[in-house]
Amino acid sequence: MNGYPLNPDLFSEQVKKEPIRAGFGRGLKAAGEANEKVVALCADLTDSVQVSLFKEAFPDRFVEVGIAEQNLVTVASGFAMAGKVPFAVAYAAFSPGRNWEQIRTTIALNDQPVKVVASHAGVSVGSDGATHQALEDIALMRVMPNMIVIVPGDSVEAEKATKLIAENGKPTYLRLAREKSPIISTPESPFEIGRAYVLREGADISLMGTGAMTYQLLVAANKLSERGINAEVVHVPTVKPLDDETILASAKRTGRILTAEEAQIAGGFGGAVSELLTEKLPTPQIRIGMNDRFGESGSGEELFDYFGLTGEKIAVRAEEFVRSTPQYHRNM
Amino acid sequence: MGGLSVEELKTRANDLRKDVIIMLESAKSGHTAGSLDLAEIIATLYFKILKIKPDNPDWDERDIFFLSNGHTVPIQYAAMAEAGFFDKSELSTLRKLGSRLQGHPERTKLPGLENTSGPLGSGLSQAAGCAYAFQYMDNNKHRFVYTILGDGELDEGNNWEAAMFAGKYKLSQLIAFVDRNNIQIDGTTEDVMPLENLRDKWEAFGWHVIEIDGHNVQSIIDAVDMAKAITNRPCVIIAYTIAGKGVDFMEYDYKWHGVAPDAKQAAEALYDLGVIDEKKLFEEVGQ
Repeated sequence: MNGYPLNPDLFSEQVKKEPIRAGFGRGLKAAGEANEKVVALCADLTDSVQVSLFKEAFPDRFVEVGIAEQNLVTVASGFAMAGKVPFAVAYAAFSPGRNWEQIRTTIALNDQPVKVVASHAGVSVGSDGATHQALEDIALMRVMPNMIVIVPGDSVEAEKATKLIAENGKPTYLRLAREKSPIISTPESPFEIGRAYVLREGADISLMGTGAMTYQLLVAANKLSERGINAEVVHVPTVKPLDDETILASAKRTGRILTAEEAQIAGGFGGAVSELLTEKLPTPQIRIGMNDRFGESGSGEELFDYFGLTGEKIAVRAEEFVRSTPQYHRNM
Repeated sequence: MGGLSVEELKTRANDLRKDVIIMLESAKSGHTAGSLDLAEIIATLYFKILKIKPDNPDWDERDIFFLSNGHTVPIQYAAMAEAGFFDKSELSTLRKLGSRLQGHPERTKLPGLENTSGPLGSGLSQAAGCAYAFQYMDNNKHRFVYTILGDGELDEGNNWEAAMFAGKYKLSQLIAFVDRNNIQIDGTTEDVMPLENLRDKWEAFGWHVIEIDGHNVQSIIDAVDMAKAITNRPCVIIAYTIAGKGVDFMEYDYKWHGVAPDAKQAAEALYDLGVIDEKKLFEEVGQ
């Protein structure tokens, strides 16, 4: 059943690393080539959020709105009114952080196909500190009716996701990170909106991750394997709509769930999995992420270690969990 | 297109006011004052100015019009029904369960609505985005974007982000009305949060400003003609209006911002609007 091709260099020293936002930049340019209705708006962060490639290729379809995130998304809604497919790009702390109501009314309730793209999400933003580390955005966006929420796992997947959301006709939130992260997938790996992928099969625990956390889970699974624990790894790039079938099937196989996200554990990806399991297949779960606290300054790597987001630290939590928790619902 | 004459538009405005009173009384809630004071502007837009096809709401050469102050939508629904977007019998469903006529306008529910609005401050940005697309991406000089902003709405900072944006890009196909009725929920605009000098504010952002009597149909027509002739800047038409216009006991009173008339008040209002005679009023009011 597991046909997902992983990057063959994934666990080598030479694994290629690239910021996830770079894949978005390439995808946006490709989407612009495929569809002349695609336009991009930016709030004084054009290079930083990787809209430059698109801007160079299609200067007439790029619009600078200045440091004004409320205007960014509402002007984008106006572009959609004129029949365009707008990508409104900024930092997650400010969009959707500052302009949530505008997104709710003029994009989600209005059901316009605006793509709210947020870079610099999570603690990996690093030294800029807590003000710029968006941790609440997954929760904020997934509670909004009509909104699709996608958190790609690497730059290769971000490129595919960007091309697809340009054509999905729906309000969509795309969450990106700033720091370089290892490429886990290949150009041939599948990506569909609303699908989750089993990257590694296991029997003792399901490690479910969104965004770059999936890489950490793959590392954790290797560590657990050394300690005799056979972990399954599920990559969930679409937080909404959640791939219920794949998640429930994995929960049935292992009876223990660990979710990981670079975000608040309240209301976010782990919360979404909890809601599903509680209704359909109550299963013990631990949630890795930020536990009701803000981030702080430091390098991305230091912060990942400090907040327990590395594969090694996750493996320790997972082992404790496996040793202490029976597999209530495991399929025998 | 031609449209209605000035005299006909005046009569049409009064008819729309009548519909608003009946709709709001039936709904038992809603925003009366602003709906009434926009009657001439809405009538003139729908029956003289706007390039639209009620039998083909998605016509790709149409002008775009929407309310940024979505709470005044009863007057727009009345005009849309009169124009033929839907049957007038549907007006009585306003604000009721299952209605396409939501308390605040929802684009996805009713063909002919261009936008979903209500939360204040977003409409000018949306109008600006649409006007930008027409002017710079479609290179179509024949489509105009009209929006109406409440004056109290201008407290919202999002408007001034939009004003700066539209000024920078010289969005000449964008025509904004400000309904300068001087009231908001907590009192007069100048008591709650002063807006003056409003002309200077818009001009500072690069806009052409036209000030008119918002109840004078000829002035509305002339102002829009003028705005269309200005091809190097966005235009704002500051329309001075009387809140609750047409109904004596509602005029100038901010308390009618967000309240609907009861049956007795509605009868009195319809009498003021010349819709029912004195004898009928006596029966309705029961005195």
